[in-house]
Amino acid sequence: MHLTLEFGGGLELLLENSTKVHKVEVPPKEDGQATVTMRGLLTWVKDSLIKERPEMFVKGDSVRPGVLVLINDCDWELCGGLDAELEEKDVVVFISTLHGG
Amino acid sequence: MIYRYSRHLLLPDFGVEGQRKLSQSSILVVGAGGLGSPVALYLAACGVGCLGIVDGDDVELNNLHRQIIHKESYVGQPKVKSAADACREINSSIKVVEHHHTLKPCNALEIVQKYDIVVDATDNLPTRYMISDCCVLLKKPLVSGAALGLEGQLTVYHHDGSPCYRCLFPSPPPVAACQRCSDSGVLGVGRLLDYTVNAIHDHSVKLRGSSPDCTICGKNSAFTEQDFQKFDYENFTQSPMSDKTAPSVNLLPDSARITCREYKKMVDNGEPHILLDVRPMHHFQIASISPSLNIPLSVLEEKLPTLEISLKKEGAAPALVVLCRRGNDSQRAVRLLREKGFASAKDIIGGLQAWGQDVDPDFPVY
Repeated sequence: MHLTLEFGGGLELLLENSTKVHKVEVPPKEDGQATVTMRGLLTWVKDSLIKERPEMFVKGDSVRPGVLVLINDCDWELCGGLDAELEEKDVVVFISTLHGG
Repeated sequence: MIYRYSRHLLLPDFGVEGQRKLSQSSILVVGAGGLGSPVALYLAACGVGCLGIVDGDDVELNNLHRQIIHKESYVGQPKVKSAADACREINSSIKVVEHHHTLKPCNALEIVQKYDIVVDATDNLPTRYMISDCCVLLKKPLVSGAALGLEGQLTVYHHDGSPCYRCLFPSPPPVAACQRCSDSGVLGVGRLLDYTVNAIHDHSVKLRGSSPDCTICGKNSAFTEQDFQKFDYENFTQSPMSDKTAPSVNLLPDSARITCREYKKMVDNGEPHILLDVRPMHHFQIASISPSLNIPLSVLEEKLPTLEISLKKEGAAPALVVLCRRGNDSQRAVRLLREKGFASAKDIIGGLQAWGQDVDPDFPVY
C-alpha cells in the first residue's frame, strides 16, 4: 500500500537524514487481509524507518505521549485510533507537540 | 476611531460590529517573548480594548533578534514594561496592563479571571498545562502558540466544544522529547509567521472534541481551584517552568571531572593534552577554545580512530579533556570514552558557560 508519511516537531530527527516526508510502500498484514491498520503501520515505522531512540516515537503499542497523529489532516482519534484502517495514498502525519515560545 | 480602523470596517466579514466587539474585549498575553511579541503588537495595533501582558523576565540581548517588541534601550528592564511601552506607542487609545510576574498556580486565577481570552505564548511545558487548566476552571478560551526551530503550531483550546490541552495530551511527553529554544535555536519570528501561516494552510487539522473522561474539563472532573493552586506542574511534567534552567546530569565520579580553572592551570603549565569539544559542528563554528578538536558526541564512537591519531601526535600519554556547552554532553562523552579504553578522559564541569564565567570573560557565551 502506497502511503505518504510526514514527521514533524522534531520527530524527523529520529529518521535517516532527518527527512520529514517519506513516500513508502507498506506491506499489508500477513494474515491475507489487504488492509493496513494504524497499529500495523506504527510497528512497520518503528521497525523499518526509525533509526534511533524508538522510545521517542512509540510507547507500548501506541505513539508516545505528546505526539499527535493525523490521517489525511484529521485527528486519528476521530478515525478509530490504532484500529483505523488506512487506504491507498493516505497521508499520515506524526507531529511532536512543541513548547517553545 | 473610524478613520484609524477604516480598513477593518471596510471588511464585510469584520465591519463595525467586529471592531466594536474587539474594542470591548480584553485579552491576556502570557509571555512577552518570540511569540508574545508579534501577538501583543498586532492586538495593540488592531484596537483590542484591554491588553494584559504577563512575564516575569527581563529583556536580554539575545532576545532581540526575534522578540521584536523589545528595543536595545530596554535590555535589563522587565519585558512587560518594554512590551507595554511599545504597545502604548503604537496605540494610545487602548488600555495596556502590565503584570510583572511569572504566571504560577498561586497567581494565575486572579490574573486570568480579568480577561475574556488568553493567549499562551510561553516557552515551557508545565506552564502550558497550567494555563490550560486555569482556562478550563475560569471558562476562558485559550489560543496557544508554540514554536521551535523552523516550525510553529497554533491551536485553540477549550472553546465551543474543542478539547483542552489535557484532552489531547493527558500524559506529558518524556523529558528527553522536550527541546528548548535555548538549546535548539528558533528562527526569527517574521519568517516564523510565514511558516505558521503556511503550516495552517498545509495542515489545518480537525481535532477531536473535548474528552468526556478528561480529568480537568470532563463532565465528572473534580478538579477545583484549590486543587489547581496546589498542583505541582513541574513535578507532573518533570521539567522546569522556565526555558533557562538547564537540567544538568551527573554521570561521572568527581575523579573524572575537572573545573575550568584547573584546566586553565593545565594549559598555563604546558601539560600535554588534547581538548576535545563534543558540541555539534554548528555550535563549534559559533565560538571555540583554540586549539581544540571538534568531534560531535553523535559521531564520537565512529570517529574514535581520529581521536587516537591526534593523541599520538601529542607524544607520551597526553591528557584527554572533554568540553561542551554546559557540561552535560561532555559527561556522556567521557562515559563513552572510558568504556572504549580512554581511561584518563575527564570532562570540564559546566562547559564553555563556566569557562566564560570563571576564566575568560571575553569568551562569547551564547
